[in-house]
Amino acid sequence: MTQANTPLEYRSQQSQMNILGFWIFLGAEIVLFSTLFASYFVLEHNTAGGPAGHDIFILKDVLIETFLLLTSSFTAGLAIHFMRNNAKNDMIVWTIVTLLLGAGFLYMEINEFIHYVHEGATIQTSGFTAGFFTLLGTHGAHVTFGIIWISLLLVQIFRRGITEKTSSKFFIASLYWHFLDVVWIFIFTFVYLKGMVG
Amino acid sequence: MSSTHSSRFPWNHLIGFILSIALTLLAVFVKFQTNFSDSIIMWIIGTLAIFQAMIQLFMFMHVTEGKEGMINVINMIYSIFLALVIVFGSIWVLTSGHAAMH
Repeated sequence: MTQANTPLEYRSQQSQMNILGFWIFLGAEIVLFSTLFASYFVLEHNTAGGPAGHDIFILKDVLIETFLLLTSSFTAGLAIHFMRNNAKNDMIVWTIVTLLLGAGFLYMEINEFIHYVHEGATIQTSGFTAGFFTLLGTHGAHVTFGIIWISLLLVQIFRRGITEKTSSKFFIASLYWHFLDVVWIFIFTFVYLKGMVG
Repeated sequence: MSSTHSSRFPWNHLIGFILSIALTLLAVFVKFQTNFSDSIIMWIIGTLAIFQAMIQLFMFMHVTEGKEGMINVINMIYSIFLALVIVFGSIWVLTSGHAAMH
């Protein structure tokens, strides 16, 4: 890549190192989630007389959550696209859309958890629910943190504009957001679809 | 690969998004509308999930981008290797260990 078409967020040596460092962090996050998936897979059949996945999962709600998160990952990509075209206003609009979709996802997920607790599936009910709530809760906590993080960056973009520093920070946050969608794909497939009766 | 930097319309992202939606719906279709055995269904939808993760990595996150693209790819492959060892190793050790006690 020549200097002219290098995206702004890669211009300085510091930014390049920050982005590389964040990729290495994401590698560690993959391993973190793999341990939670592993314990879920080991425990999922131990329902201890409580409800199993197919008793409580509702396909429609899970699909809505999936599409909210998928779409928010797409709009986060659009925000980066406009950041690279130096279109500050478009970037801010798509970032706000991303945050709203993320908040919608969280709203759906919290309602889902409340529903499960009413059905008699709390984190203490069985091995299955402990594994389930730990995995899903860790993902939900990541989404919550992402919303706070990106909201704060939005304030910086608003006040300072698209600079070498803010673009590199925002690019890193977008990697984090896409990563959460990757984790969700595996939760959707190997927790929800696997747990339901076909 | 031409970077999204110069292109006017983000085709890459739009195609990735449509593919993600299609793969999700296809997984739901395979799970609920076909009569394959459970293990075949899991193999199919598991493969679809991996495709979708690849779309995120390459079309949205541009894992190969930048001077450190190769380091990123090696780092990802190593992390995925560790994840597979942890998941399949745990299932193997704990299920066969549990079975051996009876």
